[in-house]
Amino acid sequence: MPRLEEYAPIVGADTLEELSLVADRVKGRSVLHVNSTAVGGGVAEILHRMVPLFRELGLDAHWEVIRGGEDFYAVTKKFHNALHGQPAEFTARDFQVYGETTAENLARLALDAEVVFIHDPQPAALVEKRGANRWVWRCHIDLSQPDERAWAFLRPYVERYDACIVSAPGFAQELPIRQVLIAPSIDPLSEKNRELSPDEVRGVLARLGIPTDKPLVTQVSRFDRLKDPLGVIEAFQRAKPYVDARLLLVGGSADDDPEGAQVLAEVRDRASGEPDILVHELPPTSHLEINAIQRASTVVLQKSLREGFGLTVAEALWKGKPVIAGAVGGIPLLIAHKHSGILVHSVEGAGYWMRRLLSEPEFATRLGANGREHVRQNFLLTRHLRDYLLLILSLDHPGEDFVPLR
Amino acid sequence: MIPRAREPFRFFVRTSLTLVTGIRARTVRELAGRLKEAPDSCVYQHTHRFLQEHQYLVPEPPNDFAYWATEMLQDEALGERLASVDTVRFRSLGELRAALLGVLEDHVLRNGEGRPAPPGKEFHFMRAVRFSVPTREVAHDLAEFGDCLRRVGLSSLYLHVFEARLRLPSVEANDFAVWFERELGEAELARRVGRLDPYAHTLQGLRARLLAMVRSRLKDLGHAPA
Repeated sequence: MPRLEEYAPIVGADTLEELSLVADRVKGRSVLHVNSTAVGGGVAEILHRMVPLFRELGLDAHWEVIRGGEDFYAVTKKFHNALHGQPAEFTARDFQVYGETTAENLARLALDAEVVFIHDPQPAALVEKRGANRWVWRCHIDLSQPDERAWAFLRPYVERYDACIVSAPGFAQELPIRQVLIAPSIDPLSEKNRELSPDEVRGVLARLGIPTDKPLVTQVSRFDRLKDPLGVIEAFQRAKPYVDARLLLVGGSADDDPEGAQVLAEVRDRASGEPDILVHELPPTSHLEINAIQRASTVVLQKSLREGFGLTVAEALWKGKPVIAGAVGGIPLLIAHKHSGILVHSVEGAGYWMRRLLSEPEFATRLGANGREHVRQNFLLTRHLRDYLLLILSLDHPGEDFVPLR
Repeated sequence: MIPRAREPFRFFVRTSLTLVTGIRARTVRELAGRLKEAPDSCVYQHTHRFLQEHQYLVPEPPNDFAYWATEMLQDEALGERLASVDTVRFRSLGELRAALLGVLEDHVLRNGEGRPAPPGKEFHFMRAVRFSVPTREVAHDLAEFGDCLRRVGLSSLYLHVFEARLRLPSVEANDFAVWFERELGEAELARRVGRLDPYAHTLQGLRARLLAMVRSRLKDLGHAPA
């Protein structure tokens, strides 16, 4: 696991100094993170990185994972989808299972750290036994249009926290507690984002059988309708008469997702007979491969119709790539239109900008360079750490908008 | 021998946490109405904080209101007028708010409500909780000042050069200029530093410009670099 000093060449010694100055103000505090899984998923991935760095900064940081049976996780999966806006049917048994598992975890976990961060809905009800310590609910979900029944159930718990954290302004709800905007981040030293030599990039593409004789326009994402892969193909077909390029759709394996398999079949069908449209399935652990593919691309697309945040956009921007992306979720925070990338709202828009960026390499290069700087300053792990530290500090100053420290 | 200050200059960093309010606007009229009632910390977030967050971009978008009008409402005329409101020339957030409101209200008067932003493209009001934190960088004379300036983060520069205008009596002043004049008796250097134009430089460029001014003055004073 990288130590903080290893980030200095990337973010600058001054950024680390600022982090340490803020950390000094909360040094020695005990901080506990609680979530629902130790491996897999973005939350676990970020906690694996963050908790050791919090310790390095002098906080007494710990991480606990709640336990639950299959029936509990079936209920919380239903909650998760409903809070994302999908209609769901809940039964009295669902709420009972949730309550029982919460009680079991309350009996097992020591929740007396000075600051307790609870991640997502699964452990949210642990707050019912809170003491005088500070509690923060970290919501990683797009709460912009939640299913009413799911939100009505969760809301009374959320209101018992001192603050909640959302990832994008549009995810805010009307709540009587402070709502803090903390965008997620990428780790520039991870396998998916670390620097690669041109030889490494060429080697990976050769191994995957991806030709590089034409500019690559790439979308990396699950084969999911919300990522609009068919719209990407249509946009490419609109641009194709004007530019000689190749479209590459790369996604995770769809074996365990019946809808994903169906979408992939449709994508393959739509791409058949088109030699310049390539479709690649990769296992979910293909971090190096994704890194190399993004670096080999001339333009990166993320034409999503809905996003929890959109960190694949941050990954591509970090590699200095011009990105065309749907203006959904947290993507408008990552891209200032025509400054650090291109925001689109339609297939036609995506096709038009593909043409423009492939024909105007200087403009595309400037977007990519700006995008990389924007990510360096605002979307790397060090900024994420600083925001958490500031939040802990702000809990000492409730209601204050200006905190001068001496 | 170069002049030594009685009161040393301590560099601070400016850092802030963003709060979401759940308040949004779909039209120019709504934007004006909400802005009128918003706390100063909202004005700060969408102007000063926006500048700091985007100052690495070329060309740099000027403030959140102008960006929203241009890109989300597709109203370039309004965007231009909002962009011309110069965030760092105002001596209070109240004055800055009044200038922005003047443009928005005039636009509504001439053009009516205007078209609403498409769903999902509303203006979201946010607030900044600002922290100023002392650094370990302390200067007692111009040479030490140059050394510190080389090391401090860009948020320090923003705080001491531009945000200082919200605290100081003259718009053509900043913390560095005040210290140069009051503690070192460097009136001419203070005047030049006080007149720096933020839009002519990125913060990195500004640091280089300031360092060049300090070096040149040290040379005039016959101070040999350590």
